[in-house]
Amino acid sequence: MTTTTTEPTGSTADPVGAPDPAPRRRRKGSGGLGSYLLVRFLLIFPTIFILVTTVFFLMRATGDPITAALGGRLPADQLAERVREAGYDRPLMTQYLEYLGNLVQGDFGTTLSDRRPVLEVLTTFGIATLELTVYALIVAFIVGIPLGMLAAYFRDRFPDAVLRVFAILCYATPVFFAGLLLKLVFASGLGWLPVAGRASTGTEIELQFLESPTGFYLIDALQTGDWDVISDVLEHAVLPAIALGLLTAGIFLRLVRTNVIGTLGTGYVEAARSRGVAESRLLRKHAYRPALIPIITVIGLQIAILLVGAVLTETTFEWKGLGFQLAEYLQARDFVAVQGIVVLLAVIVAVTNFIVDIIAALIDPRVRY
Amino acid sequence: MATATSVPTAAGPAGEPGTTPARRRRSWRSLPIVHQLRQSVGLQRGMLVAGLVLMGVFLLTALFAPLLAPYEYGQLRDAEGLFGAQQPPSGDHLLGTTVGGYDVLSRVIWGSRTALYVIVVAVLLSIVAGVLLGLVSGYFGGWLDRVLVVIADAIYAFPALLLAIIVAIVISGGQSSLWGGIMAAAISITVVFIPQYFRVIRAETVRIKAEAFVESARVIGASNRRIMLRHVLRNATRTLPLILTLNASEAILTLAGLGFLGFGIQPTAAAEWGYDLQQSLSDVTSGIWWTSLFPGLAIVLVVLGLTLVGESLNDLADPRLRTRRRVADQEPAEEGEVAAVPGGALTAGPAGVGGLEVTAAGGRPGNPASAGATGAEPAEGQVAGPDVTGQDGGGTRS
Repeated sequence: MTTTTTEPTGSTADPVGAPDPAPRRRRKGSGGLGSYLLVRFLLIFPTIFILVTTVFFLMRATGDPITAALGGRLPADQLAERVREAGYDRPLMTQYLEYLGNLVQGDFGTTLSDRRPVLEVLTTFGIATLELTVYALIVAFIVGIPLGMLAAYFRDRFPDAVLRVFAILCYATPVFFAGLLLKLVFASGLGWLPVAGRASTGTEIELQFLESPTGFYLIDALQTGDWDVISDVLEHAVLPAIALGLLTAGIFLRLVRTNVIGTLGTGYVEAARSRGVAESRLLRKHAYRPALIPIITVIGLQIAILLVGAVLTETTFEWKGLGFQLAEYLQARDFVAVQGIVVLLAVIVAVTNFIVDIIAALIDPRVRY
Repeated sequence: MATATSVPTAAGPAGEPGTTPARRRRSWRSLPIVHQLRQSVGLQRGMLVAGLVLMGVFLLTALFAPLLAPYEYGQLRDAEGLFGAQQPPSGDHLLGTTVGGYDVLSRVIWGSRTALYVIVVAVLLSIVAGVLLGLVSGYFGGWLDRVLVVIADAIYAFPALLLAIIVAIVISGGQSSLWGGIMAAAISITVVFIPQYFRVIRAETVRIKAEAFVESARVIGASNRRIMLRHVLRNATRTLPLILTLNASEAILTLAGLGFLGFGIQPTAAAEWGYDLQQSLSDVTSGIWWTSLFPGLAIVLVVLGLTLVGESLNDLADPRLRTRRRVADQEPAEEGEVAAVPGGALTAGPAGVGGLEVTAAGGRPGNPASAGATGAEPAEGQVAGPDVTGQDGGGTRS
């Protein structure tokens, strides 16, 4: 992902771009937003189709999930019986078509270990992952963007060096190790913050008695209006949010720095500079905004990284979201559940990329192709 | 990817026969890393050197693990009996023991070897596959190209670790011997990386395909295979060192992530940092720090080293980001140095070898040192300003 930092148009931009971007843009760009949206929307389907197909055939390449989960624990005849009941002894193409058919109807399968529909697992735990991701993004914005501008301002001087090393450290530290360190220092060491979980038991019980719990703990806590509950939820969120947020913050920092430096060199900034506009004002008023546009496109790619990070962060902090659940299913060798969650996450990534591209196209007309 | 686009017609006419002797003559200076090291200044050089040092330490540790480690990675007892679990650091166990009763220091050292295996296998596999696919796809174009691009884009957007999990399940069913585990991790990482090499090489190939020297090779009847391997591939590999270092660091993170999720290599088969971190999760709650700190630091340092090198290469390849020598600051001695190494200064343009050729082909008169000076550093007493971009490009191209 890091290689794309300077690529302004992000994931969906034609990677060939180089030879003749200008004339093509002029020709098609004026074709209008509508056709771009349509093409971009239609592109989601092959993407999702390829992902689903890849995952399906990879997972079936070595055998059926039941043998994987129970092999060695059941006598051979019982195992064969279970496999036949579940329909895994039929030809692969039949299973594949049935699987596709089920997916279209929103049926992602049923987990083997606890016999729950995968979709239900998603709706139950997905909201927790969403909550964590939102917190992490907030941390990333608060930390990454101002520091990136600062680094650009002090380009090649000492603060820049420190900030760049900080950014690389953010990126180089695996989220789970960052989480472990934070836990060591602030939870078990200093005892300031809770070690794990989304809330303490008392709070969780209280939240469950709400009339309409959303599952988004902060919103639920605000509904109770009880300050103890709110602060409890927030305290639990601090460490996971920082652990996951710093990962993205490092990427934002580098991106903002690169783009602000690039923008500071453009003609109109040069013109403003020659009019005598102060350097700090150039940064705040002139270079800042255009430098943020690439961030929007990069957020699309960030979602994939954030989701993976969330999987690891949740495992570290026992944050009961999709990632935590995924790790549990992995341990239980419940590959139906794993396949379901992975496919769902992939779909989420594809759809987010689409939305981000649309936003980018609305903001910056040059993005269309 | 600024590098991909910044050398339009440069590499062209001088293409094949003319440059071969020149390249040989300055061989070691134009080697990827050496060349950048000579090109860099100040902070950027510091970062590059720091990264190279970290990488060197990592490589040496991995190579000499049996000599450095006090115990085997799977050793639970010595002559005096069992090590005991979760022992704090002491004379016998400098970094303590894990919850499973292994020596932490030994496992950290042996872990570097596992990491190195995975990096080497993963990077080799993905380079071979990605470069081949990218070359064929970009060169021939057509429907094959379109299909491959769509597939590569789909996989590229897929969360890497999730794909790696799936592949690890396929390859090893989750339980791993040493090579089973290493291959599982390496291949799953490979699958994720192929699209990146594919994209870069394809984009370069599409660009180079349109160059005059490829056209002329075709005219004199060179076969497709020969054009692809001799003319296109050689010119398309410029960005590979950069992706390589970045991918190596991602390989480590993915391996550790797999281990952390319980897909690591069994402790009796090899030492793996991610697995050790997973095992230390419960220790952290009770304030035991040595089991998690050291394997984690090992990951951070290796990734840091690789990233520093990759970042520096990236910045040096991008004229907008490359720091230039401040002419005003330069001691006379330093200027002398610049003049003394025409190879280093000359190739400093974004084109690398390409830049060299332009100067040669463009018949810039005589003294390579002066050519190098104009090409690499606009001598204007410019305080590393961002606005040098155009001048730099112009200098190289004219």
